[in-house]
Amino acid sequence: MAELTYRDAVARGIAQEMARDPDVVFLGEDVAKAGGVFKATVGLYEQFGPLRVRDTPISEQAILGAAMGAAMTGLKPIAEIMFSDFLAVCFDYIANEFPKSRYMTNGQVKCPLVVRTGNGAGSRFGAQHSQSVENWCMMIPGLKVVAPSSPRDVIGLLAAAVRDPDPVIFFEHKSLYPMKGEVPDGEIVDTLGTAKIVRPGKDATILALALMVPRALEAAEKLKAEHGIDCEVVDVRSLVPLDTQTILGSVARTHRLFTVEENPRLCGWGAEIASIVADEAFYDLDGPIVRITTPHIPLPAADVLEDTVLPTPGRIAERVRQSLGS
Amino acid sequence: MKPLQKSEISSSNDDLGEDVRLELYRLQFLLREAEQRAFDLFLQNLVKGTSHLSLGQEAVAAGFAAAMKPGDLSFCTYRGHAHTLARGVPVEQVLGELMGRDNGLMRGKGGSMHLTSVEHGVMGSYAIIGAHLPIACGAAWRAQYKGQDDVSVCFFGDGTTNIGAFHEALNFAAIWKLPVIFVCENNHYMEYTPIGDVTAVPHPAADRASAYGLERIIVDGNDADAVYRTAMAAYDKARKGEGPSLIECITYRHSGHSRADPAKYRPEGELEKWKERDPVKVYRERLLDFGIDKDVILGIESAIKREVDDATDQCKAAPIPSQDIIMTDVYADGGFAWRN
Ligand SMILES: Cc1ncc(C[n+]2csc(CCOP(=O)(O)OP(=O)(O)O)c2C)c(N)n1
Repeated sequence: MAELTYRDAVARGIAQEMARDPDVVFLGEDVAKAGGVFKATVGLYEQFGPLRVRDTPISEQAILGAAMGAAMTGLKPIAEIMFSDFLAVCFDYIANEFPKSRYMTNGQVKCPLVVRTGNGAGSRFGAQHSQSVENWCMMIPGLKVVAPSSPRDVIGLLAAAVRDPDPVIFFEHKSLYPMKGEVPDGEIVDTLGTAKIVRPGKDATILALALMVPRALEAAEKLKAEHGIDCEVVDVRSLVPLDTQTILGSVARTHRLFTVEENPRLCGWGAEIASIVADEAFYDLDGPIVRITTPHIPLPAADVLEDTVLPTPGRIAERVRQSLGS
Repeated sequence: MKPLQKSEISSSNDDLGEDVRLELYRLQFLLREAEQRAFDLFLQNLVKGTSHLSLGQEAVAAGFAAAMKPGDLSFCTYRGHAHTLARGVPVEQVLGELMGRDNGLMRGKGGSMHLTSVEHGVMGSYAIIGAHLPIACGAAWRAQYKGQDDVSVCFFGDGTTNIGAFHEALNFAAIWKLPVIFVCENNHYMEYTPIGDVTAVPHPAADRASAYGLERIIVDGNDADAVYRTAMAAYDKARKGEGPSLIECITYRHSGHSRADPAKYRPEGELEKWKERDPVKVYRERLLDFGIDKDVILGIESAIKREVDDATDQCKAAPIPSQDIIMTDVYADGGFAWRN
């Protein structure tokens, strides 16, 4: 067991998969010699060499297009798009090319690749470098969408993503890169589509993803300490496939559901989950499903502004407390 | 490369040889017949949706396909019928896909704009302009990485040279020295707009080659021999590890952009002028000039006509796809489930 940062877990996760399978190759801007803008890929170039760890030009379409062509013909590429906001620059591949190739060709073309990208706010980068855009990808048939919240899960879910036969968009959270966590030694491999109950509780279920997981946990501790409210916190981990079983199971025990999303409110993933729960577990619910999100605005940059719009532990706790009426 | 003058032609100086010539003719004639059939079937309302024919551009598809080896990979656009057929994909499967029948290449799940036959090295037809240039780079990267000697060939139109992906792909292929060949079929129009009206340079592909350190290559795209020779040189270069080529083939489409387009925007006489240089007609004359027996030519033509007729009959008789396939192959497990 070692203590590792989320950032170092990324490099260890990629290294684990590259060491296992020579078909795993890695490309992106500044990822090789420079070790990545977030320093999440330090050491890979030295370990695996210039043929497998490749710096690209600032050509997001070429990065994802090349990853797809390589994946279709036998490699298992991991492609980095520096900031998730830039997925928009190469969205054709995300929306039209990777996810539809198998269906349109009646199963002839396979596209086993991973796109890793730095998602999310908290770094005062402003509205074009801070977005949480997992919803952009979640709505596209044929993609898988993953977002880990801890160093251990980075490795396990990244391994699962690389080994998955479908295209996976892997959202790392920029504000989690410095976060430390316990990571077991040896190979770690998770299964996509498995949510995790990270804090058991009986009074309410709080569903969260990525940076919102530690914030929801902090909120739960606060609620317990200050109000005696015992919340279960579920880390969704993967939006597609979605582990509705764990979610519905938790709601069946706690009878209340809160979703905590970093993305703007409109069409957030929490709305989809709320709809599923309302459809399939309505009689388990003791009250309305509550979505805690950022407002429907571009993200502002200054400390005070950014902090005000993102869900914080305090705001999450307050909203849960209000709803439960204690 | 200049077309041969009549006086220079004789079977004694025929560097390509009869087998290659007959294959080039066979392919061009096949593409012409099959696409004309697709148009007839459209008029009978048996081909639905849209389709983009490349009547008049056959020499490009034939020249490149004849120069390919099995295992080489082609990446086409929505105007991909000819490139698909030229790789040996059965006419029946192509027409079946256009007609939405169960015998179609993708059992009706792809349609005209997405013809794919991995088995024949046809790695897809891409309907988003320029998307496949970077994808072809990736396939070529795999060949380079694994030490395999196949070449990826990517066909696209003149209009495509103005999209970002074109430039990204060329730079990417050049810096990584990838075994990929970019083939621009300059048919003079971007949909309904003359390419010159919307492009800063007269040769939309070739004039930009030097920006990526590549040779400026322009070839008569109505001359299958010239295309074939140029293709062979580019394959050779790619297989030797000397990197990509960008080739601009000058040609003309006889029909409109898509089946809905009567092509009224063309100046009077332009089509007629190009029809004098119809690649299929010109090549047939050349075969005769080389002294190839007319009966051999007629034999090829009647065999192809029969093949296309038979394919048409088979497609008409083929069942429509079963609705069972609607929900299959979204994900690799064969299904569409995104939740447990
Ligand atoms: C990204 C994108 N923009 C626009 C279109 C619509 N469109 C389809 S074909 C076409 C013209 C393409 O011209 P060119 O590249 O010269 O190819 P050609 O049709 O002549 O083979 C356009 C604009 C598209 N399919 N994709």
